[in-house]
Amino acid sequence: MRRLGLSLVLVVLAALPFWVANSYYVNIASQILLYAVFALGLNVLVGYAGLVSLGHAGLFGIAAYAGAIFINGGANHFIAILGALAATLLAAAVFAVLALRGTGLGFVMITVALGQIVWGVAYRWISITNGDNGVSIATRPRPFGLSLVTAPGFYWATLLVFLAAVTTVAIFVGSPFGASLRGTRDQPRRMNALGYHVWMIRFLAFLFSGLWSGVAGVLFLYYNQFVSPQVVALGASAEALLMVIAGGTGTLLGPVAGAVLVVIIKNVASAYIARWNLVLGAIFVVIVIFMPEGLVPGSVRLWRWTADRLRARMVEPGGARQKRGA
Amino acid sequence: MTALVLDDLEKSFGGLRVTAAVNLSVEPGERRLIIGPNGAGKTTLFNLITGELRPDRGSIRLFGLELTRIPSRRRAHLGMARTYQIITLFPGETLLRNVTLSLLGRSPLRWNPFTRLDRQDALISGARAALERVGLGHLADRPLGQTAYGERRRVEIAMALAQRPRILLLDEPFAGLSIDERRDVQDLLGAIPRDVTVVMIEHDMDVALDFAERITVLHFGKVIIEGTRAEVVADPRTREIYLGE
Amino acid sequence: MNLWLVLAGNSIAFGGLLFLLSAGFSLIFGLMRIPNLTHGSLFMLGAYFGTSLIAAGFSFWPAAIAAGIGVAILGGLIERLLLRRLPGAELAQVLVTLGLSFMIADLCLMGWGGDPIEIATPAALHGATFISSVGFPTYRLAVIAVAVIIAAGLWMLIDRTRLGAMIRAGVDDPAMARVVGIRVSRLFTIVFCLGAGLAGFAGVIGGPILSVYPGLDQDMLPLALVVVILGGSGSLVGSFVGSFVVGVLYNFGQAMLPELAYVVLFLPMLIVLVLRPQGLFGRAAF
Repeated sequence: MRRLGLSLVLVVLAALPFWVANSYYVNIASQILLYAVFALGLNVLVGYAGLVSLGHAGLFGIAAYAGAIFINGGANHFIAILGALAATLLAAAVFAVLALRGTGLGFVMITVALGQIVWGVAYRWISITNGDNGVSIATRPRPFGLSLVTAPGFYWATLLVFLAAVTTVAIFVGSPFGASLRGTRDQPRRMNALGYHVWMIRFLAFLFSGLWSGVAGVLFLYYNQFVSPQVVALGASAEALLMVIAGGTGTLLGPVAGAVLVVIIKNVASAYIARWNLVLGAIFVVIVIFMPEGLVPGSVRLWRWTADRLRARMVEPGGARQKRGA
Repeated sequence: MTALVLDDLEKSFGGLRVTAAVNLSVEPGERRLIIGPNGAGKTTLFNLITGELRPDRGSIRLFGLELTRIPSRRRAHLGMARTYQIITLFPGETLLRNVTLSLLGRSPLRWNPFTRLDRQDALISGARAALERVGLGHLADRPLGQTAYGERRRVEIAMALAQRPRILLLDEPFAGLSIDERRDVQDLLGAIPRDVTVVMIEHDMDVALDFAERITVLHFGKVIIEGTRAEVVADPRTREIYLGE
Repeated sequence: MNLWLVLAGNSIAFGGLLFLLSAGFSLIFGLMRIPNLTHGSLFMLGAYFGTSLIAAGFSFWPAAIAAGIGVAILGGLIERLLLRRLPGAELAQVLVTLGLSFMIADLCLMGWGGDPIEIATPAALHGATFISSVGFPTYRLAVIAVAVIIAAGLWMLIDRTRLGAMIRAGVDDPAMARVVGIRVSRLFTIVFCLGAGLAGFAGVIGGPILSVYPGLDQDMLPLALVVVILGGSGSLVGSFVGSFVVGVLYNFGQAMLPELAYVVLFLPMLIVLVLRPQGLFGRAAF
């Protein structure tokens, strides 16, 4: 049953450029997918490791900037992508070693400081990053000769990356390592006594999280063909965290729902509601106070409640008949 | 070879001497009870043995191996298991998953991010067996939140036993239990095989008396009395310590 | 030589302004254990309030005080209506302040538009004052004076009054303070109001130097963070010293190493966080 549902979703997603005729909306879908990858990566840390980061836009941005710098330096796309991801992994390792010196709020503050340093470099080290003017790249890659210039083309490439992300994160979460990670979130002291290397587990999780943030950053670079310091500002990290929290940290697809919510509000609703930051902030506040487990678990609860009610209704009329049949 | 030797162990917090020149020696297979009034430094002693705290002075030897330089996470791999005074289980998980995590800690599998934990039959059946041994096999798939306090205490013990330890450190395993639940735990402890050395901390002497072969009495971080059960019970100082000076 | 003196003077003036901004942040952080991420937007909101009050005919200083009071009231509402719903859940409280900062920033944009607004230097403080033949803008000297006065006032409050004693107790050990009978939750409201009010007041004071523009909050919040982390949360002396250190780092950094200006600023913060989580003076570690 589940497989059928999943296949259906896959078909719908793959066929999206056909049933959404407008390329503007196809592009929105691409954006949703790339931010969903970012949110999935962040959730490995926030939801599964229990470590809240407000500096992940720094990793996202390092990937985007590194990619742009490689490309403008003459590298081909393949090398540029590898280089960008390598740079992100290196940065993630540095971030992790420093941030893991703190726990709880201390961890958060160190990630803020790190994100700010990245922002400071992006904003001020003009000779490398061009400061506020940002860096643009001229072309998108042509994997196996296929063009990513059109909206559908880019969408399909992004969809593939998204599916890869979901799959790897799902495998990760269901693995022994994933269980270890969740253990360190719930009872770090006990895990230590059971023989687990808590710091190393967290460190590796940070790297994994950083990797996907970097992948999202590369997608972002190719989507916009432009990157600027805005991308690494505190606000960007806050948005990513909002996606994760709004969607629900305890679930695999919660961050995806959060990404859908945030991107749609940012792009589509802003055509109708003038001030989307206000709406976003308000949603954030409401969710944190009233629905701390996020939208996805809340919706699941609602779904189950409705399904139970319906089932109760269905038993009643046929009940008598069933008894005779048995 | 002695199972556990504490040699002149010292620990102070600021000006407070919590562990004062403690000498302790436990034979393999022995059932040792450490008692003392609140604040005597019993749990601190355990924390020093497991490595969560570093002693200021002194040494700890497990079956002859000097532990002081060995980080706490490695001590589990050397055969040390412990339960906690306050239940520290994994909420939101089933009993089976809780014990599976305990077994996983000793296995190199714990680093594997590729396979599915659900498919690790050897590990999971081992966990189920551990739960059977403490009489909780029928609740294996019950989420922790839906179990009683007494059952959770037994899960703690199951997790520790699942590690197949050489030495088991029990920190107030009877705390908060009803009379029936205490009996269950007592039976459980009685069934532990002799190849496991057991050291127990208890605050309430009556509850743990049957279990103990030798008793160490701590007060203000110092070992005041040590001997067989009979010796310690007969010693007038024991009464004094508990009823106050 | 003159350049250094002017730079130093500007640094100290900026430090004074930062103190006004960070003192409140530090108190809130120390007592309530949360970094109030709304602090930058409260600063900006106060500045915008000031511009409207001045446009309505208020003169500079009354406008600054009134703006401070207005923002203090908002701070009180935020604490009582929102933060109080999440007792003890510090991370959740931080996230709420984050969401609020988004909201306040957007409301300011709605209310006052996207163009920068200048606040005129009060007439009496125009021009320059000459100290041993070096000219400093008089207003900036006034800012230093205001910062010192407020610092003294806060110090007397914290050190000499009963309220101050309660705050100190709450910073040292909130659980113990409650046991002793201190109404810690009421203290939270008072301190949050005080912190917010100081930020709002500081916004107007900073107006003639920085002007008021969208994004002012995002520029100021990180600076408050650095000050409090370097100086220690809950420590007034720490905020005072930290503000001037940051003022110097920021201004000299901008002048001498413009490309690394922010790195010069955030790197010490990072180093302190990593080596000494409680800051140089503070007591409350994370």
